[in-house]
Amino acid sequence: MRAGITELATRLRNREISAVELTKAYIDAIEKLNPTLNAYVHLTFDTAMKAARQADQMLKEGDAPLLCGIPMALKDNICTDGLTTTCCSKILQDFKPYYDATVWEKLKSQGAVLLGKTNMDEFAMGSTSETSCYGAPLNPRNTNYVTGGSSGGSAAVVGANLAAYSLGSDTGGSIRQPASFCGVVGLKPTYGAVSRYGLIAYGSSLDQIGPMTNSVKDAAIVFDAIKGGDKRDQTSVEYEYGSSLAECMDRDIKGMRIGVAEEFFSGINPEIKSKIEEAIKLFERNGAVIENISLPALKLALPVYYIIACAEASSNLGRYDGIRYGYRTSSYTSIEDMIVKTRSEGFGDEVKRRIMLGTYVLSSGYYDAYYKKACLIREEINREFYTVFEKCDVLIAPTAPNTAFPLNCKGASPVEMYLSDICTVPVNIAGVPAISVPCGEDAKGLPVGMQIIGRRFGEATILQAAHFYEQSAGKVIGTYEGGVGI
Amino acid sequence: MNYEIVCGIETHIELATKTKIFCGCTTEFGGEPNTHCCPVCTGQPGALPILNQKVVEYAIKAGLALNCKINTKSHMDRKNYVYPDLPKAYQISQYDEPLCEKGYIELDSGKRIGITRIHIEEDAGKLIHENGETYIDYNRGGVPLIEIVSEPDISSDEEAREYAEKLQLIMRYIGISDCKMQEGSMRCDVNLSLRKPGDSRFGVRTEIKNINSLSFIQKAIIAEVERQTDILDGGGTIVQQTMRYDEGTNSVSPMRDKENSDDYRYFPDPDILRFSIDDEKVEEIRSSLPELPFDKLKRYVNVLGLPEATAKQIFRYRKVAEFFEGALAEGASVKNTANLIVGTIFSTMETEEEKELFAIRISAAQFAVLVKLADEKKINIGVAQSTLQKMLESGKSVEEFIKPEDLVGISDEVLESLCKEAIDANPKALADVRSGKDKAINTMFGYIMKKTGGKADIRKAEDLLRKLIGQ
Repeated sequence: MRAGITELATRLRNREISAVELTKAYIDAIEKLNPTLNAYVHLTFDTAMKAARQADQMLKEGDAPLLCGIPMALKDNICTDGLTTTCCSKILQDFKPYYDATVWEKLKSQGAVLLGKTNMDEFAMGSTSETSCYGAPLNPRNTNYVTGGSSGGSAAVVGANLAAYSLGSDTGGSIRQPASFCGVVGLKPTYGAVSRYGLIAYGSSLDQIGPMTNSVKDAAIVFDAIKGGDKRDQTSVEYEYGSSLAECMDRDIKGMRIGVAEEFFSGINPEIKSKIEEAIKLFERNGAVIENISLPALKLALPVYYIIACAEASSNLGRYDGIRYGYRTSSYTSIEDMIVKTRSEGFGDEVKRRIMLGTYVLSSGYYDAYYKKACLIREEINREFYTVFEKCDVLIAPTAPNTAFPLNCKGASPVEMYLSDICTVPVNIAGVPAISVPCGEDAKGLPVGMQIIGRRFGEATILQAAHFYEQSAGKVIGTYEGGVGI
Repeated sequence: MNYEIVCGIETHIELATKTKIFCGCTTEFGGEPNTHCCPVCTGQPGALPILNQKVVEYAIKAGLALNCKINTKSHMDRKNYVYPDLPKAYQISQYDEPLCEKGYIELDSGKRIGITRIHIEEDAGKLIHENGETYIDYNRGGVPLIEIVSEPDISSDEEAREYAEKLQLIMRYIGISDCKMQEGSMRCDVNLSLRKPGDSRFGVRTEIKNINSLSFIQKAIIAEVERQTDILDGGGTIVQQTMRYDEGTNSVSPMRDKENSDDYRYFPDPDILRFSIDDEKVEEIRSSLPELPFDKLKRYVNVLGLPEATAKQIFRYRKVAEFFEGALAEGASVKNTANLIVGTIFSTMETEEEKELFAIRISAAQFAVLVKLADEKKINIGVAQSTLQKMLESGKSVEEFIKPEDLVGISDEVLESLCKEAIDANPKALADVRSGKDKAINTMFGYIMKKTGGKADIRKAEDLLRKLIGQ
């Protein structure tokens, strides 16, 4: 049985276990299981042990923060001073930033113990984590299946109990979809709620860092620790959430207005659909008010997402030219030749596809037809969400139309892969928060995810609803045998 | 045949903020390569820009000084292109919502050259080619710039020069840039086309890039007009191109074809939020503007009564004008103050740059004490000049060089007897003066000055001498 953050923190404080022992236990488990799961791509055991020793010191002195001494993992697109950060791309091979991402700076100052960087789709582009230059991570629930993506490694290390929690990033569902595939909790906060400083950009207006955890309460604890305005990220906001999020979750959901939009349920695997409907009934039985609503612009969300995300990506990825860091081609005749060869060899197919798509939609002559139009529809989607949240507290939807795919089945059809983001991308377009919580299993025993969406800075409400569900649904969450036995 | 010149100028000006446009790195010129850098200005993965508010203020200042309309709602765009010294592969600039629009600069002739727009952007780094290798110094990367784009209202090389000169002067005056063309803190691109007089359509234009002195602007235009005229006269057509001006050969040659016009794929920068400036802020900036140089020039001539030539020498250097006005505020006279600055102080300064810097060792107040002694005729101009010299060299005040007893003027009686002595002592000079060689009177002045240690009032002495000689 796995322990949550609160429980681990209590044991650390009661001297039942030291941070060093706890870290060693995770390291042993990683050494045993990671060669199969491929969930970690860079291991930082030396610095982890050092951090654990410091954490023990902090714990001994008393007044240590809750996350002190608890081993965790970061997605490989979150910069860590002096530690390899590659976005699982050959083009950033051996890249060691000399600065910390704000989220890591915050966790580090609280005594967090970093075990390593987790596998992901190259530059966070993908829905299976198979575009990683290190090969795909495997789903701990069934190693014939993908973890989902792009934060597949971050989902897998939590699902396999190889970290107490992890951070992922979500541009179009990259936290929530792998969380649902691996049977863990994934929170995509409001755009701007968490600083993006040090997160290697994919789609800057959509990207957001969030926690992946074993429970909703853990998600609240980690979110609490990383949120807040940052003077290094102009798009970040210092939002006043009131008292600790983890504490306000136990409130009754009686009277909570839950919106159900038919648009979220079309084209969904019937098995998943019925699981979510059951969950909605559970809410209703406990006093929630169900509102059937409509979000007609939602059907345009997917094309809008791929236009905006790719446009921003084409610009964000222009800097990888072999001049200042990362991979450089071995032979070339001029600067132009060097840049062309470096990029041709350094980027994978999916990244190249999105760079080309983005370059195309921003080109003169096409800008108005694609990018500009996408921005207008984005505003319309925002308006619809805004209107819906005037009468609903949260929306409930599936996280993904399917459970985890078998390995190597989506690579050939990018469009089919893009369709698996259909339930998650509208949330990023509108910048609102959403959480994916485990919602039972399908006939194959693969986890199903339920998504709870809130209004901007409505994290407290979605955490409350998710926590209620987690508590009421009982032991619907399958457990993974293996990992740390703490 | 004769053609009409249609010319517009794009000017890049580096703003004199202490820190860069998107990070806290210093903007100081020079330094060891890549020492004024951080993750933000070198475009490291994950780093994000934070817009420096001072840059926005400075750009608004420039806009107000150039009679522009200020767009109080604005945003930053990305201009995507690949170049080794551009670390992010895009420049953060402004595209469809520049901070300032629709201003003008008035030429001496009264003609107005329209300012289309002023926008803010970041500078790139610098490529250094050495021993067949290329190195990059990113110290300049992220230094804030404004780009000032003129309307194609300029119709001669003289107008172009006057436009650029006035622009430089105004920018220096409002204190937003030192506008040193030789150091690249002001750089001009000239767009030029020719057309037959009376033709309302524009001809094909070329762009001459990065001109780095005022006189080269003029020379480059003359050379380009000549080149285009030859082509048109020969029945040829002008190719839209980017040109380079070579100072050595005084010629203009193509840099690269512009047939495939660059596609910069502009879009709003998602890392920087739209910003708005409230009207009060604009008014606050407006009221912080100093008197603008050409208003000052008019006042010097029309109100202070300075001769235009003298006024022009003083107003063009902000620090000199401040020094001049500082002395006037202490009660010194306009004429003596101006003459001592232009005559004595400027004679210690060889270059424009020194005048611009105006690093002198005495204060306007110390200077005023001296000028007032001359105003009150307690010392004559000659003494004032030589004392000023000594003050400038030592940085010491007037009192160090003029003793109280020196300040007592030579009485009329003493002066008259000295004049008599001078005539008696110089019989040859007396004869010469009488025979019409007027300059010979200088010998007598010399005698009087020598006897009084330079303190005699030379005009009074001249009157007396002429009276005594009987002329």
